[in-house]
Amino acid sequence: MTGDRTVEDLLRALTPQVLGLLVRRHGQFDRCEDAVQEALLAAATQWPEQGVPDNPRGWLLTVATRRLTDEWRSDSARRTREVAVALREPAYAAMARAADSEPAVADSDDTLTLLFLCCHPALAGSAQVALTLRAVGGLSTAQIARAHLVPEATMSQRIRRAKQRIEAAGARFTMPAPGERDERLRTVLRVLYLIFNEGYTASSGPDLHRAELTGEAIRLARILHGLLPDDGEVAGLLALMLLTDAHRAARLGPDGELVPLAEQDRTRWDATAIAEGVTLITEALTWSPPGPYQLQAAIAAVHAEAPTAAETDWRQIVALYRLLARIAPNPMVTLNQSVAVAMADGPRAGLALLTQLDADERTAGHHRLAAVRGHLLEMAGEPGAARDAYLAAARGTTSLPEQRYLELKAARMTPPR
Amino acid sequence: MLLIWNRPGFTEELSEEDRTALFGEVDEIMKELAESGEWVAGQALADPSQTLTVRAVGGKPEIVDGPFMESKEQFAGYLTVDCDSPQRAAEIAARWPDVRFGGVMEVRPIMDEAGTEM
Repeated sequence: MTGDRTVEDLLRALTPQVLGLLVRRHGQFDRCEDAVQEALLAAATQWPEQGVPDNPRGWLLTVATRRLTDEWRSDSARRTREVAVALREPAYAAMARAADSEPAVADSDDTLTLLFLCCHPALAGSAQVALTLRAVGGLSTAQIARAHLVPEATMSQRIRRAKQRIEAAGARFTMPAPGERDERLRTVLRVLYLIFNEGYTASSGPDLHRAELTGEAIRLARILHGLLPDDGEVAGLLALMLLTDAHRAARLGPDGELVPLAEQDRTRWDATAIAEGVTLITEALTWSPPGPYQLQAAIAAVHAEAPTAAETDWRQIVALYRLLARIAPNPMVTLNQSVAVAMADGPRAGLALLTQLDADERTAGHHRLAAVRGHLLEMAGEPGAARDAYLAAARGTTSLPEQRYLELKAARMTPPR
Repeated sequence: MLLIWNRPGFTEELSEEDRTALFGEVDEIMKELAESGEWVAGQALADPSQTLTVRAVGGKPEIVDGPFMESKEQFAGYLTVDCDSPQRAAEIAARWPDVRFGGVMEVRPIMDEAGTEM
């Protein structure tokens, strides 16, 4: 329903603002986050029926603050001091009144500070992802659990532990020191990229909840880009997400099988998303030193601008990969680079590049290496060896669609003998 | 997924003290996995004497009593965990007390519906 949709969008937009204000005032990230979740729940049930209040943010702040004071009261023995503070200071009334008059910049800072807090280095990657989705994205624990295909109790524990770890690490609700800021921002970008990938790699599956994660990642990246418009890597990440997500409609065949990039029907790519992504990355590269996300986005843009797979500018892609391999060397970059080199200079050149990955323990037994090798051997006209490589890759993957695809590729090679 | 293979009924031969300790260890691991958020699912299976096996005999499916494998160790149950690496899963399996009493833990990844673009 459109009405519910609007309420949900509004709540998700207000979540980081309300949580930020509460944590700024009271500290205690853990408790404030719980209180905000309860206020969101109350709003999600009441607003669609009773209408959205005139000052929705003030409403959420009031309800969340009441939850906090209720909890402090019930903890009376240990928490006498906080109760005294809470009673002396009519926090919720003051904040509800102040809600509209506060400058917007305070909210922006709060959202950014929250992102930095949720991506605290004391947390494991999975916990950073869960906490970001909840505290900044405003998703419920149940939604996050469904998206990760784990029981709600499991996710609830993961989130609770993450919040406790942040408290234990003594993290305060302030921006990281200038020296740490770049490092923390890189973590934030990685977490958003992880959220995107969790949704994107799973969108072939039957579970639509996971596909929604891509939308959430793009929404958060957009917010971040709005807060830090002068950061080229933020722009690069948003562009990369938009350009990748633009393939969504074309990457699945009629039976739900994966369609490789070269065989996708390009008329089904999302032209609006591509135009936005291409503009973003083209502009960013004019004023920002190229970082890994910008280069990946630039590669995606070259693919997107080719009217057909055959007309792809492989020379330019090879040049971009060479640059990427220099500033952010990584075996997965080499793997992709070898495909581009094979397209530009022939399969033998690509296969030669692959041999250096056989010695790298991170990729030596990896099924992606075998899959790419199968592809290049097929290009080189060696169906027997290609078949063996495809079968090795099929045995190594834990993805059902990928396994089916690789077995099909193997079956299409002329059987040995 | 952590598959638990053990000798059916081996706990009946333990002293009460050992048996209590064993169940205590299991409870402790389960509690830890629940707290870390790694716990996903798990079931213990009934005694193999209650097993039915279906196999084709003369081209037709036939139902017979008893387990499929005639080995000393039998499939006794499983745990599903969601953890950072296969090594971490093996670490959890290594602590499962059945291993000390001749049982075997098999750690296998679960196939998922996710696919990357190729």
